[in-house]
Amino acid sequence: MQTLVAYVENKPGVLNRVSSLARRLAINIDSLTVGPTDNPQVARMTIVAHTDEKGGHRLEASLEKLVDVLLAENISERSLLERDLALIKVLADQQSRPHLMELIKVFRARVVDVAPESLIIEVSGTVDKIDGLLEVLRPFGVLEMARSGRISMTRGGDLLRPPGAAMASVEPANVT
Amino acid sequence: MKLTGAEILCESLTKLGVQHIFGYPGGAILPVYDALGKSKLHHILVRHEQGATHMADGYARATGGVGVAMATSGPGATNMVTGIATAMLDSSPVVCITGQVSSKLLGTDAFQEIDITGITMPITKHNVVVSRAEDVARTVREAFVIANTGRPGPVLVDITKDAQQASCEFDWEACAPRLPQKRLRNDHNQAEFDRALELLNTAKRPLILAGRGIMLSGAMRAFEQFVRTSNIPVAMTLLGIGCFPASDPMNLGMMGMHGEAWVNHAIQESDLLIAIGMRFDDRVTGDLRTYAKGARKIHIEIDRAEINKNVKVDAALVGDARQTLEKLIPHTANPDRGPWLAHIKELKGDSAVRDIQSLPDNGHLYAAHVINDLWKETRGEAIVVTDVGQHQMWEAQYYHHNQPRTLITSGGLGTMGFALPAAIGAKFAKPESEVWVVAGDGGFQMTMCELATIVQEKINIKIAIINNGFLGMVRQWQEFFYDKRYVATPLVAPDFAALANAFGIRGERITARGDVLPTIRSARESKETVLIDFRVEQEDSVYPMVPAGASLHEMIRRPNNPLVETASEP
Ligand SMILES: Cc1cc2nc3c(=O)[nH]c(=O)nc-3n(C[C@H](O)[C@H](O)[C@H](O)COP(=O)(O)OP(=O)(O)OC[C@H]3O[C@@H](n4cnc5c(N)ncnc54)[C@H](O)[C@@H]3O)c2cc1C
Ligand SMILES: Cc1ncc(C[n+]2csc(CCOP(=O)(O)OP(=O)(O)O)c2C)c(N)n1
Repeated sequence: MQTLVAYVENKPGVLNRVSSLARRLAINIDSLTVGPTDNPQVARMTIVAHTDEKGGHRLEASLEKLVDVLLAENISERSLLERDLALIKVLADQQSRPHLMELIKVFRARVVDVAPESLIIEVSGTVDKIDGLLEVLRPFGVLEMARSGRISMTRGGDLLRPPGAAMASVEPANVT
Repeated sequence: MKLTGAEILCESLTKLGVQHIFGYPGGAILPVYDALGKSKLHHILVRHEQGATHMADGYARATGGVGVAMATSGPGATNMVTGIATAMLDSSPVVCITGQVSSKLLGTDAFQEIDITGITMPITKHNVVVSRAEDVARTVREAFVIANTGRPGPVLVDITKDAQQASCEFDWEACAPRLPQKRLRNDHNQAEFDRALELLNTAKRPLILAGRGIMLSGAMRAFEQFVRTSNIPVAMTLLGIGCFPASDPMNLGMMGMHGEAWVNHAIQESDLLIAIGMRFDDRVTGDLRTYAKGARKIHIEIDRAEINKNVKVDAALVGDARQTLEKLIPHTANPDRGPWLAHIKELKGDSAVRDIQSLPDNGHLYAAHVINDLWKETRGEAIVVTDVGQHQMWEAQYYHHNQPRTLITSGGLGTMGFALPAAIGAKFAKPESEVWVVAGDGGFQMTMCELATIVQEKINIKIAIINNGFLGMVRQWQEFFYDKRYVATPLVAPDFAALANAFGIRGERITARGDVLPTIRSARESKETVLIDFRVEQEDSVYPMVPAGASLHEMIRRPNNPLVETASEP
């Protein structure tokens, strides 16, 4: 599994280019998240791909060749923080509710919606943590689940920021 | 000054230095054609849009400049796909302009609406839809920059009909390219550079693998200097042919599947490979597990994505070939390579004496004769544009190119039908040069409609059809690997000479070896296009051959037939 961060131009079709590229390289994407940055013209992606180190390099270098990709970096080998967010709708009757609340506390999750027959639980953390919570919730009856996919960031002073202003005229040698 | 989007397009192309556009009109691009009629641009009407893209590609390959192709929406655009992919795989700077339905109709399956940017996403370096007249000039300027900087490649600009028709203020200065600013990488660091030099200056059996990147970089002089200072022999890829004179004693010839036996052996025995502007294609390496096991590798390459893709290298110098070589040269030692060069000479001696000219005429006409005579007669100075197949490999083996950009051929995609249109493009790019098509009877039939383009444009190219009555290269595989079961490879062709006549072109048919030279000579004397149908031996094969997936040194050699293992020394 390889984790990449990319800064891309925030315009239509860019997501398509990125996913089309991964498909062309025969690399399976496990999760891909896109979100805004403080520059409205730039979006940030976290890409988790089912591939080895060589595939990770190829994906990184090929991504950066796309005109609309400002920076792509394989951060798999770096010290990094990763977060996944999940909303889990689980069956809850009078009897199971107290037991559920116990588990939710242990996992530092929260209840964000309460209905007569069910609860929605919000949990964030590493993939392992969420998988762990799911495991223990399953016997209660998981009705529905939505996960955000991973976002990642390198720790401490290891900064990944988009280069310069997004739209500046380019040195020709800059385009590969 | 207020202009329509179509007029802005023509103005912009003119300002970008474009003189020729290869294209075919239709409803969605008509406003542009109307504007073209009022401009100074020379539009060449092709007979099929695939031809337009190959012509633009041939134009680009002959000069290093950008070639421009144009088509209407829908079927016009989809007909371009093969030509775009051909340009992509060989890193050729081509800009394709397509018409598109009006922006308010986009997404409605309107008449001749097709998502051509979606279709060509994986086969273009970049593509873009323009739906406002205001964006035409900037987008076209950006397309030219993208197509021909870094690693070149095709760019498609899809312009909606309303953007062509609408008017806006045209201010060239105000619409300079505004491409996203990328990070400057520092891969080409000193440590890597030092490691490369260390390898370079201590190797005992080094070999240079020269590719098309040298030509794309314009690095021919630096390259020659590098060869002289380092005293290292050179092997070329198919697309690298021409980057270094074939006549130079340090040039060993082509490597790979149909490369020279001694070159492939030298690669396998080397202790250092210096790959420059080449991408270790599988036709070059054979089985990767056994490829140059004893060799360290240095890769000089502009595209980071090529590093360690197929072959793991010990030092990667990411950057432009010329700049990198110029940086290396002052630090390159010139040790005595006597024993290694002598060994290669020995390998060569044992392999093949490529001297068919001195063999007596036994009544057979072989493709090799034709190519060899063509080479001699043109003194290796013509631009030769080949199609794909056996004749392509024979051209590479028997025509010795001394100048860059004189062999134009589809390597990566191997597109049959490439030769005739690409040669037309090359002729427009280099009107003073002698341009020869070398094509098989199969591939020629794929795009021969472009003979009409030649006549309409009154251009002078020479066409040699190597006619063996088979899809020869596929027949060869069937002979070697499918027990001679010739399924779907024997093919009927028209009488090509008569066909040429029907187009108003002089046609000749040659069956005897003795007639080859005189006919080539008389064709060269003509100021018009001449087509020569060479009826050659039907079941000859290209040797040596590394079967797909085999090790580079495991070559099938020509069975005891003294006639040809090949041509005279360059
Ligand atoms: C029937 C058939 C048989 C074939 N048999 C053979 C064979 O026997 N031997 C053979 O060699 N080929 C053969 N080929 C061709 C083969 O498939 C490849 O197309 C060819 O080997 C590619 O050559 P290349 O790597 O030099 O060029 P390209 O594929 O064009 O690659 C050029 C490389 O240079 C890099 N580059 C571009 N610009 C620069 C720059 N400014 N500075 C530095 N680097 C740059 C690019 O990024 C790229 O990696 C055959 C093809 C066909 C159709
Ligand atoms: C468009 C296309 N279709 C199929 C092929 C597969 N192919 C490669 S070589 C070849 C035979 C070419 O025959 P011909 O043009 O007669 O040339 P020859 O090999 O006989 O010199 C074929 C069919 C191809 N390269 N391109």
